Amino acid sequence: MNINENKPNVALANRVLDLSFNGKEQGSSESNADEPAWLLSDREVGRARFAELGLPTLRDEDWRFTNVAPIAKMEFKPALKREPHGVTKKELKQFPFTALAGCQLVFVNGQFAPELSSLTELPEGVKVMSLADALATEPALVEPHLCRHARTDTNSFTALNTAFFQDGAFIYVPAGQAVAEPIQLRFVSTAKDHGATAHPRNLIVAERDSQVTVIESYVSLSKATYFTNSVTELVAGENAVVEHLKFQDENQQSFHLGTLAAHCGRTSNVVTHSIALGAKLSRTNIYATLAGEGLECVLNGLYLTRAEQLADHYMIVDHAKPHGESHEYFNGILADKSKGVFHGRILVRPDAQKTDAKQTNKNLLLSDVATANTKPQLEIYADDVKCTHGATLGQLDDECIFYLRSRSIPLEKARRMLIQAFAGEIIERIRCVAVREDLDRLVWDRLEQNQQITVNP
Amino acid sequence: MKTPIISIQNLSADVEGRQILKGINLTIYPGETHAIMGPNGSGKSTLAAILAGRDGYNITGGEVIYGGQDLLALDPEERACEGVFLAFQYPVEIPGVNSTYFLRAGYNEIRKHRGLPELDAIEFLTFVKEKVKLLDLPEDLLRRPVNYGFSGGEKKRNEIFQMAVLEPKFAILDETDSGLDIDALKIVSNGVNTLKRSDNAQLVITHYQRLLNFIVPDFVHVLNDGRIVKSGGKELALELEETGYDGMIHETAAPA
Repeated sequence: MNINENKPNVALANRVLDLSFNGKEQGSSESNADEPAWLLSDREVGRARFAELGLPTLRDEDWRFTNVAPIAKMEFKPALKREPHGVTKKELKQFPFTALAGCQLVFVNGQFAPELSSLTELPEGVKVMSLADALATEPALVEPHLCRHARTDTNSFTALNTAFFQDGAFIYVPAGQAVAEPIQLRFVSTAKDHGATAHPRNLIVAERDSQVTVIESYVSLSKATYFTNSVTELVAGENAVVEHLKFQDENQQSFHLGTLAAHCGRTSNVVTHSIALGAKLSRTNIYATLAGEGLECVLNGLYLTRAEQLADHYMIVDHAKPHGESHEYFNGILADKSKGVFHGRILVRPDAQKTDAKQTNKNLLLSDVATANTKPQLEIYADDVKCTHGATLGQLDDECIFYLRSRSIPLEKARRMLIQAFAGEIIERIRCVAVREDLDRLVWDRLEQNQQITVNP
Repeated sequence: MKTPIISIQNLSADVEGRQILKGINLTIYPGETHAIMGPNGSGKSTLAAILAGRDGYNITGGEVIYGGQDLLALDPEERACEGVFLAFQYPVEIPGVNSTYFLRAGYNEIRKHRGLPELDAIEFLTFVKEKVKLLDLPEDLLRRPVNYGFSGGEKKRNEIFQMAVLEPKFAILDETDSGLDIDALKIVSNGVNTLKRSDNAQLVITHYQRLLNFIVPDFVHVLNDGRIVKSGGKELALELEETGYDGMIHETAAPA
């Protein structure tokens, strides 16, 4: 019996693998030859897992609200080598955060573009480079972490990334060092072909007592239907302070899959923000493993959708040790026929006494046909913990509007103030002031463009 | 003869088909403080809400003339620009909207309406810091979101603080005293008394006579079942304290 007949998604997976391999052979078949044996073996595992898991379907509980069938139909054409891309530094200036000081690594179609990047002076021992370069020059720093945190057994997209990633960023902050300016990773797509695919892979290691801010932007200079499938592994050592922000503003035809696997050590402080504005379909997976005692982890996110966009956030916060604090705050502003999905699972293991976990997901619907799906999931195996979750969806609060109007503020302005405030709740948690200001402006511009605001709900 | 600030004539209104106000008549002149007292469900808060322009009420009769205009034809923000102010019984928490930003937006709308230049952030801050002292409110309130995480007493004081900033011509205080301890009550009353001038007026809605020890009204009206059943001077409040609403309402209802 052909197993594929029963599991069409596995048939699709094989098709995807074939396409990806074909591309590989036509491109640079030797590209992985000089990789260390451990990585080749991880890649092999990734391939096998992807073939086994296939692409998720709506029957998969974790993908109930997000149909990835359109992704499966794509051509999966990987960009295999550093090709001339024609992108100029000036062109990049249209994107947010480009005026910030600090290191900026630019990747075009998943390939490192050193000529567009700027490496400023860094504290001693801090390393910022492409992952491909790091594999060649710093294998001892890479090996303990790469492919050790992002799991391929439950997430087929991570498996696919592991099998086929070409490049991405490597950031290493040694013990006790603090990097003052945010380090930026900017992934730009110039895809001309429909079906172009990139699998960026990043590794961020912040050793004990270190401090760093990292911004990952996914932006577009393309009008094609392309696919980004990124994976970032983030390791925060004991007492490390890490702020991470993922900014996703791909074009409205594209598909974006982004996974963050964060491993947080004892008394570390990790905050990660996900700002999802673009893509036709985006899914952000966040896996936070709270692996040490007394740490604090904040997952903060804002999604803005319009037309027929879908923005999905899926997260698992895994409390493994006592006295851990986690907070999840996700707000969505949904216009037109768009859809927002939130799936937040909090897992408290038997050891994780005195856990304090909070989760909120709020959705503001700007049209009658917008949809929000929210699914909290608490799984608690310890008995002395505090876990709360709350979800709301609705339109602007009439009582708030009346309150503002009664203080002379005109209706339209009152509405805008409330929408802005709703986004502001999330943006104000960003610690880096310059980033916050850029985002404030940008989000506001997007909302202003959205004519739905002026339509009476 | 003086022109009234507001003149309510035979005002009737219903909510979802239920008649709440059944012909209210009330005229208030500059420099006056009027108190409206009445039991729960008598229509006090409905009257306040209608005057401020809240949605959801159906005016079935009568009119309200304010500064020569048909008040009920104006949007809430237009009324506010014309100097109507409602201190909410339940002030709304607005997370994410900074108190100073919010208040400056409102204040500048009023200035624009009066043909005055708007105040920039720094000018406004200097101006409000004076007002904050009046209500004995912590200055950090200005940096916090509107009413967000405020205690009940802070919310009520914040209402009067906003009143001090916006300097209304006609202020309606909807049960501002409810839930206040005596110290907070004194602060709020002192704020309201300080804001009283010969060219403005106040309508104080309350359930309890206690407030009127601190804000002394020129006139007291007793509202019951959508009608003003008795009007008098400040002594009426004391009488009410003795007889209770039941006693007074029966006494007035019987001979009619």
